[in-house]
Amino acid sequence: MPETTEAAGPPEGARTSTTGATIELENLTKRYPSSREPAVDSVNMEIKAGELVVFVGPSGCGKSTTLKMINRLIEPTSGRIRINAEDVTDMDPVKLRRKIGYAIQASGLFPHMTVAQNIALVPKMVGWSKSRIRARVEEMLDLVGLDPAEFQGRYPRQLSGGQQQRVGVARALAADPPVLLMDEPFGAVDPITRDHLQDELIRLQRELHKTIVFVTHDFDEAIKLGDRIAVLREHSHIAQFDTPEAILTNPADDFVSGFVGAGAALKRLNLTRVRDVEITDWPTVTVDDPLQEIFNKLRSSGTNEILLLDRRGRPYKWLRRGDLMRARGSLARAGTLVHDTVTRDATLRDALEAVLIDNTGRVAVTGRRGEFTGVVDMETLMNSVHELLEADRLEAMEHQHELEEARAQQTHFEQEGVGGGEAKA
Amino acid sequence: MNFWQYLSSRHQQLLTDTYQHASVVFQCMVVATLIGVVIGVVTYHSGWAGGVATTTTSTILTIPSLAMIGLLIPIVGLGVPPTVIALTLYGLLPIVRNAIVGLRGVDPALVDAAKGIGMSGPARLLKVELPLAWPPILTGIRVSTQMLMGIAAIAAYASGPGLGNEIFRGLASLGSRNALNQVLAGTIGIIILALLFDAAYVLIGRLTIPRGIRA
Repeated sequence: MPETTEAAGPPEGARTSTTGATIELENLTKRYPSSREPAVDSVNMEIKAGELVVFVGPSGCGKSTTLKMINRLIEPTSGRIRINAEDVTDMDPVKLRRKIGYAIQASGLFPHMTVAQNIALVPKMVGWSKSRIRARVEEMLDLVGLDPAEFQGRYPRQLSGGQQQRVGVARALAADPPVLLMDEPFGAVDPITRDHLQDELIRLQRELHKTIVFVTHDFDEAIKLGDRIAVLREHSHIAQFDTPEAILTNPADDFVSGFVGAGAALKRLNLTRVRDVEITDWPTVTVDDPLQEIFNKLRSSGTNEILLLDRRGRPYKWLRRGDLMRARGSLARAGTLVHDTVTRDATLRDALEAVLIDNTGRVAVTGRRGEFTGVVDMETLMNSVHELLEADRLEAMEHQHELEEARAQQTHFEQEGVGGGEAKA
Repeated sequence: MNFWQYLSSRHQQLLTDTYQHASVVFQCMVVATLIGVVIGVVTYHSGWAGGVATTTTSTILTIPSLAMIGLLIPIVGLGVPPTVIALTLYGLLPIVRNAIVGLRGVDPALVDAAKGIGMSGPARLLKVELPLAWPPILTGIRVSTQMLMGIAAIAAYASGPGLGNEIFRGLASLGSRNALNQVLAGTIGIIILALLFDAAYVLIGRLTIPRGIRA
């Protein structure tokens, strides 16, 4: 990563420009003198530039140790680490760490420094000018969704857990590192805040394209965030390293499927958005339409229900045939209220939940301002899920084939006395 | 001659003694703080070295001050040198102990974070560990100062400076007209000085402990 921040850096006011770097771990091993078994045993892994890779595994499996070897907070006993093809295993660790963002559980903010001072630490160490640092602090606070004017001068203890964590991420990204390491960063916040922070991270990553290595023990978090997930078992052995889809539909072994837990198909629904499935049109009327027209539409639509929209085009009520008769022609009393709608960005799981709750067997999809854009029904959902699972299965089988080939090759190399090779499955 | 008359007739001498008392305590505290913090910084990493430092300094504290000053006289002579040496040695313990406790009490996660964002060892110590350990260290300095105020009075035995001279003069001439006045003037002067120093430390705390970690 020689062309990063020190010399030129991004022009003032511009958004972060350094995108991710590749990370290669080769036979990375950590042994502690106190125990015979290595804590991390010969990890081989290639992480692509701009990829978000999640290490997930039970506690004590060495995932954190593996992460900390990447910025050499823990010195590897043997093996090599390469970032952007540059061997950093013997580089000055202090210099190395200034080019690698680091965010930890409970934010790790220094309590005696203000938010601005915390964020400015790394830019100051790499020698940015004062004006550039000031602009950068504001930019970073903006980026993580905190108002710079309000938050710069506060001390960490004057922030909520979620806000602290955002500042922690801002500090990690302040000097525009190509790589970001996150060690269970959202482990200490409540579930709702955690959900928000995860969404924020996804948004950030879409903007910044850093290479992120994220450690968690929460498999659902891994599925939500990871482009690829490395499921680790004891001694950091990689049980499976693949896309969330492939791990869910085709876990490599019993350990992985145990970790995936029950309801893999349901979890798969979290990975697909409503926009990815077919949204069908549905006959609608608005509250301003004359009653006669509504009657006609109901009769001619060929469906049992018709959707009544309010004046702004938002779903309001489901009208069934006969509803109007029973309510003696009063729209105010007729029909059943629409309980739940989903946006195009909602996951299929949200859509399924809404369909199950709504007794019509379908859910209205709304646009930005809540206006009606179509419906998704049970049948569409089922068909898409089947298609998805089938596609995942094919893909996973292909991957497995590739991995087996790679493994065969590695065995071949090892027999020839040459170490190294591809990631193990 | 009553106490007030005594004060007004000797105020020149008393002010000089008071000033010298404050000055010797202050200077010894500065030296003791520097040495104490350095000892703390050097030893807090290892359980063994930290233990040795704490035990040594507390052993020094158990030596009676009169004996300590008496033992120093044949080595460094009379006057200021034995006073300064003795006071500095006595002042060390609370500072060393609190420096070690304070530095060890810094949240390891924060040290980890400091390392992780690329701070070098000295930067970590100066910007993170010492500022976070500063409140307990300051408490140690405060305790030390209170102690030295009293011990400094003994320095008069070795012809040292300070309000101890008043007390010793009074004790030496018990029964004479001004004996009680002299002892009282010395003692009250020391108490007032101690209170003033304490107030100063409260102010220093306000000024030097960052708002983010102030209790």
